[in-house]
Amino acid sequence: MEDFLITTAKVLFIFGLNMGVFAPLLTWVERKQSALMQDRIGANRADILGFSMIGLFHPIADAIKMLAKEDFIPEGANKIMHTLSPIICVVPALLTFAVIPFGGEYVIGGKHIKLVIADLDVGLIFIFAISSLATYGTVIAGWSSNNNWSLLGSLRASAQMISYEVAMGFTLVGVFMVYGSLQLTQIGAAQESFFRWGIFLQPLGFFMFLACAIAENKRAPFDVAEGESEIIAGYFLEYSGLKFGMFYMAEFLEIVTISAMVTTLFFGAWHIPFISSALILSMLSFLNETLANIILMLIHISVFWVKVIFFIWFQMTIRWTLPRFRYDQIMKLGWKILLPLSLANILVTGIVILILQ
Amino acid sequence: MELLIFFIFGGVAVLAAFLMIISWNPVAAVLNMILVMFCLAGLFVLLNAHFIAAIQILVYAGAIMVLFMFIIMLLNLRGNEPIWKSRDKNVLLSFLGFLLAVGAFIKLFSTLKASGLNQGTQIGEDFGTTALVGKILFTDYLLPFEIASILLLVAIIGAVMLAKTKID
Repeated sequence: MEDFLITTAKVLFIFGLNMGVFAPLLTWVERKQSALMQDRIGANRADILGFSMIGLFHPIADAIKMLAKEDFIPEGANKIMHTLSPIICVVPALLTFAVIPFGGEYVIGGKHIKLVIADLDVGLIFIFAISSLATYGTVIAGWSSNNNWSLLGSLRASAQMISYEVAMGFTLVGVFMVYGSLQLTQIGAAQESFFRWGIFLQPLGFFMFLACAIAENKRAPFDVAEGESEIIAGYFLEYSGLKFGMFYMAEFLEIVTISAMVTTLFFGAWHIPFISSALILSMLSFLNETLANIILMLIHISVFWVKVIFFIWFQMTIRWTLPRFRYDQIMKLGWKILLPLSLANILVTGIVILILQ
Repeated sequence: MELLIFFIFGGVAVLAAFLMIISWNPVAAVLNMILVMFCLAGLFVLLNAHFIAAIQILVYAGAIMVLFMFIIMLLNLRGNEPIWKSRDKNVLLSFLGFLLAVGAFIKLFSTLKASGLNQGTQIGEDFGTTALVGKILFTDYLLPFEIASILLLVAIIGAVMLAKTKID
C-alpha cells in the first residue's frame, strides 16, 4: 500500500509538472524568447482586470481559444486516424519520463526511496523504443488528412525521424559503454564526481545526441516537416482546436524530455559539482536522518530541474538562431556525417576503455 | 492477475492479427500489426524478458513498421487498386502460406507436448536482463549471431547495389 502511494505521488509529480507547468509555460517562453532575440516585446496583451503579468496569462487565453474552436475534420479524411494521431504524438513524449530519474536514492523513515517511476534494467532502450513510436503520430496525421501538403510533410517527417533515430541510438552506445549500464539511475549515480560527468567522458556524444534529438523533435533548424514557407504547416495542416494544440504540447513535452535526458546522461543528473551527497548530509548532521534526507532530496530535485530548465532555454535559443536546413542537407548530415562519426566514437571509446583496463 | 493480463494481451494480439488479415485498407493493416507487436512485447514482459520486450518494440514496432508505413504512403496505396484486390486470388501464395502455417503449428504442438504443460521452470534472478542476454548471445549463440550479422551485411550491400543501378 505504501509503495503504491509513493509511486502514485511520483507519477502525479511528473505528470503535473509536465502538463501543468512546462507544457503551458513553454508556449509563453517560446514567444518571449523569440521576441527577445528579434528585438520585439512579445506576448503581453492578455490581462485579467488590467494585470498583464508580462504576458503570463497568454497560456490561459490560448487554452480557452483552443477549447472553444471548431474541431474540423476535412472531407475524405479518415476520421478515426485523424483523431488518433495527436494522441499518439503526446503519449510517447510523456511516457519516456517513466524511466528518467529526477533524484537519487534517499532513506526516509527507514524506507529507501528512489526518485524514478520505473527503474527499468533496460532504461535507455525503453526510451528509444517509446520515442521511435512518436513517428506514427506524425505519419498518420499527414496521411489521414487527405491533403497533399500534409502527406508531403509526413513523408519528410518519417524519413527524417527514421534517419536520425539510427544515429541517435549509436551516439548513446558510447555513454553506456563508459558507465557500463543501461539503467538511468545507475548512469546518474555514476556521475557523482564532477570529472566523471558524461560531457567530459563523451564530449562528441553530447553534441551528436543533441543534434539528433532536435532533429527527432522536428524543431528548427530541422523543421522541414512543418516548413511554413514551403508546405504551410506540413503534417498538422488540417488540424484545429485542441488537436492542433496537442501537436504543440507534444513538441514542448519532447523538449523537456530531451533536456532531462541530456541532464541525466551528460550533465551529472541530480549532482552538484564538487559537492557530494555525503558532504551535504554531514553538514545537516545536526538534524535527524529522515529530515536531513528530505532536505537532500529537495536540493537534488531542484538541481535536476534547474539543469533541465537551462537546456530548455538552450534549445529555444538554437530554435531562434539557426535558419532551416534544406531537406538534402538534413539527410546528408544524418547519414554521411553523424552516423559515421557516432560509429567512430564507439570505436574510440572502446579502444580507450580497453587501454585503461 | 498474471493470467488476466496474459489473456488481455493474447486476446488483443489474436484479434488484431485477424483484423490485419481481413482489412482492405493497407494503413489499417499496418496499425493492427503494430498492435500485435505491442501485445507480444507485453507477453514478453510477463515472461520476465524485459530486454526482448523493449527490443521488440524498438525494432519491429518502431523501425520496421515505420518503413512499411513509409512505403505505403510513398506509393499512396489506398486499398482499392485492382492488384491489391487480386491478392486473394493468388493460389500459389495462399497454398505456400497455408503450408507455412501448418508447419508452424506442428512444431508448436510437438514442442509443447515434449515440454509438458504443467511443469514450471526455475529462472535465475538476473533472467532477461541486458547483461545476461548479452553474455548468452556472445558465448553460447555466437555462431548464429555472427551468421545473422553476415546475412544483414549482405542484405545491406544488396540494397545499396539495387538502389545504385536505378539512380544511374
